[in-house]
Amino acid sequence: MYQTNYHRASSVDDAVKLLKSSDDGKLLAGGMTLIAAMKTRLAAPSDLIDLRHVGELKGISVAGKEVTIAAGTTHAEVAAHGELARACHAICHLASHIGDPHVRHMGTIGGSIANNDPAADYPAGLLALGATIVTNSREIAADDYFTGMFETALEEGEVVTAVKFTAPDQCGYAKFPNPASRYALTGVFVARRGGEVRVAVTGAGDDGVFRATAIEEALAGSFDPSALEGVSVSADDLMSDIHASADYRANLVVVMAKRAVAAAKG
Amino acid sequence: MGIEGIGARVARKEDRRFVTGAGRYVDDMVVPGMKHAAFVRSPHAHARIKGIDVTAAQAMPGVIAVLGGRELQADGIGNLICGWMIHSKDGSPMNMGAWSPLATETVRYVGDAVAIVVAETKGQARDAAEAVEIDYEELPAVTEAVAALEAGAPQIHPEANGNLIYDWEIGEAKAVDEAISRAAHVTRMRIVNNRLVPNAMEPRAALGHYDKAEDHYTCWTTSQNPHVARLVMSAFYNVAPENKLRVIAPDVGGGFGSKIYIYPEEIVCLWASKKSGVPVKWVADRTESFLTDAHGRDHVSEVQMAFDADNRMTALKVDTIANFGAYMSLFSSAVPTYLYATLLSGQYVIPAIHANVRAVYTNTAPVDAYRGAGRPEATYLLERIVETAARELGVPPAELRRKNFIREFPYQTPVIMNYDAGDYEASLSAAMEAADYAGFEKRRDEAKARGKLRGIGMSCYIEACGIAPSAAVGSLGAGVGLWESAEVRVNAAGTIEVLTGSHSHGQGHETTFAQLVSDRFGVGIDTVNIVHGDTDKVQMGMGTYGSRSGAVGMSAIVKALDKVEKKAKKIAAHLMEADEGDIVIENGECKVAGTDKTVPWFQVALAAYTAHNLPEGMEPGLKEGAFYDPSNFTFPAGCYICEVEVDPDTGKTEIVQFVAADDFGNIINPMIVEGQVHGGIAQGVGQALLEGTRYDPGSGQLVTASYMDYTMPRADDLPSFQVSTSNTPCPGNPLGIKGCGEAGAIGSPPAVINAITDAIGTNDLTMPATPQAVWSALKSATRH
Amino acid sequence: MSKVEMMVNGRKVAGEVEDRTLLVHFLRENLGMTGTHVGCDTSQCGACVVHLDGKAVKSCSMLAAQASGSDVITIEGLAAGGELHPVQAAFKEHHGLQCGFCTPGMIMAAVDMINRHPGGLDEKTVRAELEGNICRCTGYHNIVKAILAASGQMSAGAARAA
Repeated sequence: MYQTNYHRASSVDDAVKLLKSSDDGKLLAGGMTLIAAMKTRLAAPSDLIDLRHVGELKGISVAGKEVTIAAGTTHAEVAAHGELARACHAICHLASHIGDPHVRHMGTIGGSIANNDPAADYPAGLLALGATIVTNSREIAADDYFTGMFETALEEGEVVTAVKFTAPDQCGYAKFPNPASRYALTGVFVARRGGEVRVAVTGAGDDGVFRATAIEEALAGSFDPSALEGVSVSADDLMSDIHASADYRANLVVVMAKRAVAAAKG
Repeated sequence: MGIEGIGARVARKEDRRFVTGAGRYVDDMVVPGMKHAAFVRSPHAHARIKGIDVTAAQAMPGVIAVLGGRELQADGIGNLICGWMIHSKDGSPMNMGAWSPLATETVRYVGDAVAIVVAETKGQARDAAEAVEIDYEELPAVTEAVAALEAGAPQIHPEANGNLIYDWEIGEAKAVDEAISRAAHVTRMRIVNNRLVPNAMEPRAALGHYDKAEDHYTCWTTSQNPHVARLVMSAFYNVAPENKLRVIAPDVGGGFGSKIYIYPEEIVCLWASKKSGVPVKWVADRTESFLTDAHGRDHVSEVQMAFDADNRMTALKVDTIANFGAYMSLFSSAVPTYLYATLLSGQYVIPAIHANVRAVYTNTAPVDAYRGAGRPEATYLLERIVETAARELGVPPAELRRKNFIREFPYQTPVIMNYDAGDYEASLSAAMEAADYAGFEKRRDEAKARGKLRGIGMSCYIEACGIAPSAAVGSLGAGVGLWESAEVRVNAAGTIEVLTGSHSHGQGHETTFAQLVSDRFGVGIDTVNIVHGDTDKVQMGMGTYGSRSGAVGMSAIVKALDKVEKKAKKIAAHLMEADEGDIVIENGECKVAGTDKTVPWFQVALAAYTAHNLPEGMEPGLKEGAFYDPSNFTFPAGCYICEVEVDPDTGKTEIVQFVAADDFGNIINPMIVEGQVHGGIAQGVGQALLEGTRYDPGSGQLVTASYMDYTMPRADDLPSFQVSTSNTPCPGNPLGIKGCGEAGAIGSPPAVINAITDAIGTNDLTMPATPQAVWSALKSATRH
Repeated sequence: MSKVEMMVNGRKVAGEVEDRTLLVHFLRENLGMTGTHVGCDTSQCGACVVHLDGKAVKSCSMLAAQASGSDVITIEGLAAGGELHPVQAAFKEHHGLQCGFCTPGMIMAAVDMINRHPGGLDEKTVRAELEGNICRCTGYHNIVKAILAASGQMSAGAARAA
């Protein structure tokens, strides 16, 4: 790791101030990706602004179908939240399969979506749920927020403070993990609100999370795994690497979509 | 057996320090004034070094020294060597290229060490290592052995024309060709044995300390054989004379072969300590381990197996190309020859066998012995082709194996080995029964109803371990003898120290070796200490690899115990005025048989050291040493059965049952033996399902250089295993034991692949059978 | 440089470290507590697991400065007095370790796992929960056995106490 300067923010405003006064500073949430990248010298921020002790970034609130998860909430907290599970079990299920138990004790939803790793789980969940990403300065619809691999609509000095969404009628998540890293080789989140179905895919796209419209259309007619028999996804914009070819990922998108629907239907 | 003697399931003595965090590994060592090292490594697979500029690095904060290969060579430090001479079939000696601990002119793989930086902290050493400027002229690289042999391939070492290290053969080619031409059936396969990275959980580390006042060197290192390290570093690398070099291998966190070899880093750390005047510690990070630890396997073979009309095997013909990487590691040459081709008879009567092996340089990490070393490659090849033949011939796989089993011992194979004892039928039957083989078809149908493809596969392995008879391996080219030493020291108060040349890096020697003593004298294992891993304490030893600590290391202890027992009985007889022949030692007492006369063990020990009342002419003291040189290899064997379910939608394989039935001869501690089998199976399953080492063929970059990309077996990849043992005692050593350390890794890969190919109905599958590989195999099978 | 202060195994400790110092290196190098190990660079092997404010975390993936003010328990702090923690004892009894290198992290992970499942564990859950800990020696067979045994014993103990 290169040299860096550590700062502990006391509030979101404090964090923004520290960030602006730094040379090439970065916000540090759980650190599960950033510290690892710094260890291998792939990231070299001049300053780290630790958000873990900012009280306003903690907590989950569920009011009927309206859910707000503060950005500093850990994956373990989301996974274990009983009220949230009753409103939207799939998001708890998703969180319970991020990394491993130790990573889930540190990693946060805000950190995950600010980084927008193309194989992270939350982007699929939030995009399919049509969530809103709340920052210190504005609210951004998930459709506008995830702009590409490791890229988001966040601007300099902007801090994710929460995500909020309305729990859908039915939703489910199915993930096929990369055998080595256990990130999503392909993860599919499906959400149905009335006749509208949103399907988001992580791990597979060559430019990050995306919505699978062919699958959405098939499921809009009938929200059942059987509706996806014979449906195929083009491999054209999918990723190929040593772990999986685009063809294999295209297959997994459909298979995981079926399983996500089955999970949604309980 | 006593409660702590031979055969007892005793919890390990060493565990207390490990479960409390009190283990002492090399990285835990601190020497006053110690500084930290980082190596500057080649980012290229093949390049000429045009210049090295260390000026900027030397000016970095905390930097003490930046040293390169020219200075090393000027100080007379020698090149690394391979210690086993193999001659090609034309009689010429193997073509070994030069391997300088720090490269001076050419780098030959990504990770090749070029310079060392010593600094106050590890972070500063790494910062400065990045500031060393090296002007490289990139050269074309080749990473695959088959490609490296092709005309026009990049030439890696001037000494090895066409990258060929040797072209070796064993067996009768003519007899094999004749048998194939006469055969009723010939099964032919191309078999690839995938390259693996050993991945001991403790990364390699070295701490070199030159003591100017004493003109003496100490090297703490993650070694499976510290004495061999000292010998080689003294005799061949000129680091220091043997009497001025102490090598200590303290607690070592796993080895699996990768810590047998002497690597550049320990040599350079020792030399750099003298050069810079400070103790120098280096600890690999995981990616450095991936890049520079000796890898395992990496064979490509063409195989033919011939059968007569009665389905009896008549011949086996093998043509293997073995990837050696960029340099010949210490024992590399022996692995695809005498540890591989000599096992190609397996458990079968095969009248004619011929194997040709070409060893090849490539621009990849050096390849050497990894758990099983040659024997997994032989077993995989043989058990895959036998299974395939059974399918082609339409006979049940167990039946084809049974028909061809060796049933009389000793058995001389056509490829050197003389099997001393075994009962292959016993292992096969035990495994089939434990696996409920008969009930499989029902389970297959039930799985089908759930949309899963279920398959079953077996593997009947044999291996040769307990290496090895020194004169025999000497005649085959080994540079060292493979005996073992032991010393048993009874202290004046009766407690006992056993000094051994074996080294434990997870095998539990502190317990099993103490059990031998407990068994002999009836003393508790807590009164017995095992001393190992320090060349200042133990005079000489050959270390631990090739499942040799039991069959060879413990046999040496037995010989020393015999001598101690004999002297103790003389003393006891003298004390009790009895006949030496009437003395029995048990439960911590020396007794006169058939009487109530006893003298406690500690009093016999005390008498030996007070020397007030010893038999006339007897020397004081109770301490004996022994060297044991085995008369033959030992031959563990067994049968493994794997049952899988494949998800046809994703290609993911789940191992639903794994049965191991092994014959290890006599067993000292069944709990530890089972643990060895479990771990071996996990590594074998890892090879079969998960672990693929990938170099980018164009750039020669190691693509799988961390756990993000190299799949290590995890708890949820594996089931619990059903293990059992049968016993045909080994006639060749005093304890009748064969060795158990490698069996699991040897026997399991073909069982797994045989099961998956059974499930998916196509044989076109190479390891690792990742979900994508299985899905693709299924897909192309349906298409055809 | 940062000044860090924390409780480690019930003892207040302090030190002046480079900001880039990882918690694991603070424990090993500044405090000389070498029971916590480093086995990888990518936060996967789990040899470095310690408890931070009662939860299992990877000490190789956080800065010492991040842990300042926290309560840290390492493998050295698990045995009460001379007596092994039930999980330590179970690993010894069931041969849940060989080379011992992954063991400290494995045991700290197991204690955390058992704490989070007071109602007990089954084999499938134990295997899934060990996702963040890699062992190369044991094939996990006896680790799983040890954790199940310790879990059984600890929940029986808890039931008795209730």
